[in-house]
Amino acid sequence: MELQLSEDQEFFRDTTRKFLDAEAPLTKVRALEASDDGFERDWWRRGAELGWTSMLVPEDLGGGSLSGAGLLDLVLVAEEMGRLVAPGPLVPVSVVASAIAAGGNAEQQKAVLPGLLAGATFAAWALDEGRGPWSGAGVTLTAEQRGSDFILNGTKSTVEAGNVADHFLVTVRTGAGLTNLLVPAGAPGLTVVPMKSLDLVRRFSRVDFSDVTVPSSASVGEIGGAGGEVDRLLQTAVVLQCHETNGAVDHVFAMTTEYAGDRYSFGRPLSSYQALKHRFADLKLWLEGSHGIATHAARAVQQRAANAAELSSAAKSYVGENSTDIIQDCIQLHGGIGVTWEHDLHLFLRRATVNRVTYGTPADHRERIATLLSLEEG
Amino acid sequence: MANTPTASRMPSDIPAQPTPEMEDVDAFRERARAWLAARMKPLPPGEWEIPNRDTDEGVQHARDLMAKLFDAGFSGICFPKEYGGQGLSVAHMRAWSEEAQRYEMPTKFNIPTLTILLPTLLDYGTEAQKQEHIPKTLRGEEMWVQFLSEPTGGSDLAGALTKATRDGDVYVLSGSKIWSSGAYRADYALCLCRTNWDVQKHRGLSVLLVKIHQPGIQVEQIRQINGSMEFCQEFFDDVPIPADQLVGEEDDGWTVVSRLLQHERSAVGNGSAFGVIMQLGARRTRGETTDPLVDITKQLGLGADPTTRQLVAEGRVLSLVQPALVDRVGTGIRAGKLPGPSSALMKLANATTGIARAELAVKIAGSAAAAWVEPGPASQQAGVFLSRQTAALAGGSNEIQRNIISERVLGMPREFAPDKDAAFKDVKRNTIPTRKP
Repeated sequence: MELQLSEDQEFFRDTTRKFLDAEAPLTKVRALEASDDGFERDWWRRGAELGWTSMLVPEDLGGGSLSGAGLLDLVLVAEEMGRLVAPGPLVPVSVVASAIAAGGNAEQQKAVLPGLLAGATFAAWALDEGRGPWSGAGVTLTAEQRGSDFILNGTKSTVEAGNVADHFLVTVRTGAGLTNLLVPAGAPGLTVVPMKSLDLVRRFSRVDFSDVTVPSSASVGEIGGAGGEVDRLLQTAVVLQCHETNGAVDHVFAMTTEYAGDRYSFGRPLSSYQALKHRFADLKLWLEGSHGIATHAARAVQQRAANAAELSSAAKSYVGENSTDIIQDCIQLHGGIGVTWEHDLHLFLRRATVNRVTYGTPADHRERIATLLSLEEG
Repeated sequence: MANTPTASRMPSDIPAQPTPEMEDVDAFRERARAWLAARMKPLPPGEWEIPNRDTDEGVQHARDLMAKLFDAGFSGICFPKEYGGQGLSVAHMRAWSEEAQRYEMPTKFNIPTLTILLPTLLDYGTEAQKQEHIPKTLRGEEMWVQFLSEPTGGSDLAGALTKATRDGDVYVLSGSKIWSSGAYRADYALCLCRTNWDVQKHRGLSVLLVKIHQPGIQVEQIRQINGSMEFCQEFFDDVPIPADQLVGEEDDGWTVVSRLLQHERSAVGNGSAFGVIMQLGARRTRGETTDPLVDITKQLGLGADPTTRQLVAEGRVLSLVQPALVDRVGTGIRAGKLPGPSSALMKLANATTGIARAELAVKIAGSAAAAWVEPGPASQQAGVFLSRQTAALAGGSNEIQRNIISERVLGMPREFAPDKDAAFKDVKRNTIPTRKP
């Protein structure tokens, strides 16, 4: 999060925080574990009323942001959601709304955006295939062109919010190249298989395609020309995800700092031991570094700057690994209570771990950076 | 350490954004761009510093460039006009830095002269001292160093034994200072010394403004691990320093030094706006060259090796995170969202990033770091590896920064200090110097 926000942004952040504190406390998150959806639909609709779903969609399509730089507003929501490991499909809905707004045709925009913006319908992005990197390069699912139709066969994995999605943005390979297709959830031959997840309320699905047929007009943007857009959507997802993770780590770090001051052993507070103080200093350093790089990445992706790919991958590499390191050290600093189910720490570790390995692992993103550095050129 | 003074506004607390009486930032940028293009020499492609920056020749070149900037009204962007500066905001400094960073700039003056010593003088110097020294320094006529550490104590600065004894209208200075980089070719120093032995250690210190090259002061260069001769030790043999060269109040030198250290942490972490230019982010970007880790990889033809690719990218990530942290913490401090001592985060980030990247360089280089026929990126970085601790020691060790972060940023309890309340003459202290002349 930026440390200097506009008054509008401060207000927006505070409104979101109050809403989440009241409507999505950690007790609620625990209670939702057993639910199918992982969140309450009416709750999401009310979040949408606060502006959660509209920031990446321009005003003329029914959206609108506070600052004119929607991603820099939306990361505030992501960070607040991380603070309480809140439920809700923020990343997939945002990414698909952004894709449709940027590259969809008027019919797609009319059919999909109003529902997503109102929080009444849901969308999921089907990119990953369960092995290999999350990127255009990892896509093998092919859509065969037959006349004016595409026939999809294959499997997508780890599709966030696939269980509730009304629309899927499916990244496929066609004869012409990488293509994003908008596929309705009810399409014959499309099967959603719920996956179990490390996170209590985040739901992923496997999506199987068996002769799923869509017209070629289902392409979002140019057929075969989706490579650049897939990169941008992945950058957007990573930026949101890193901010969510940072919000979670912020909360855990504050909780642990407070605990170390309150907890006495051998007649002194834990926080009076230099060995622990120095560890806290390092954790603080990594946390501030995580915030810093996430902010730089958000600005670059928002501006579609030339270094957006590098900065978002740097953010993912750094935040992804440091977040779980920090949280696990905070568990260590808590002692035995930290590894119990009843303590809330594991809720944060679950979210951070899921965020670390989805939308590309830190190593995947370092490989992307290595490619950008052109190491093989003389 | 005593609390860092941050509550009241100091002369060096410059505005982040332009105030109404200042020149518009865009207009200023245009003016700077035109002047730079017409009058300054661009750096060779891939270079970020003037050649031979650290040699005597390079330093003379830097002095000449300072004079050129001064005459054109671009020296001391954030220093007050009454002392020869431009009286502008951090926003102007950013704009200037964006324009000027591809030209030859006298960055040798950044640390410690412009970013550490001059802001401290601005905060605590007398009017006469400021009038005498700030304009000359902004013209490149004076370089400065700090005389803080002593051979009998490193991080425990307030345990200084160098003494200044008042005798009529002079202080008589005796003792020794060490680890002052480049003192042999600098002109002036701020020197921390003890003026009172009968009070608690922080309360008996004073800061004197000392002309370095004068009878009674001997400067000795120390050879470092990497061969550099920058470090110096100074010996003071009853040197008379005029009493009007006191900076701040007598026996209140710790207040001055605390402020100096805050400037130093900010400067070393690249968060200062008082330099010739400020660092704006990772300056090495794709196509512009030269991350040493990339250079080693290309030198050894390891570009397709998956392990090497991970290591290079890991180093690249760290070099992107470090300026992002500096940007965040600097913004946070200026906006009042983070406490002043958070500058320790910038310094710790700078040191730990350098150490980690030096480690990665040796991992990538393998045996090319051990032996070579012709020097290259690998052998250069092997030298960096040997001295990679420097940034973790200079200006307050990493351990001291971690104390500052935990105690004054996170509010954790202070370390037990038996010297806290005793008169300094009764405090146990080192008698064996770390280095003998």
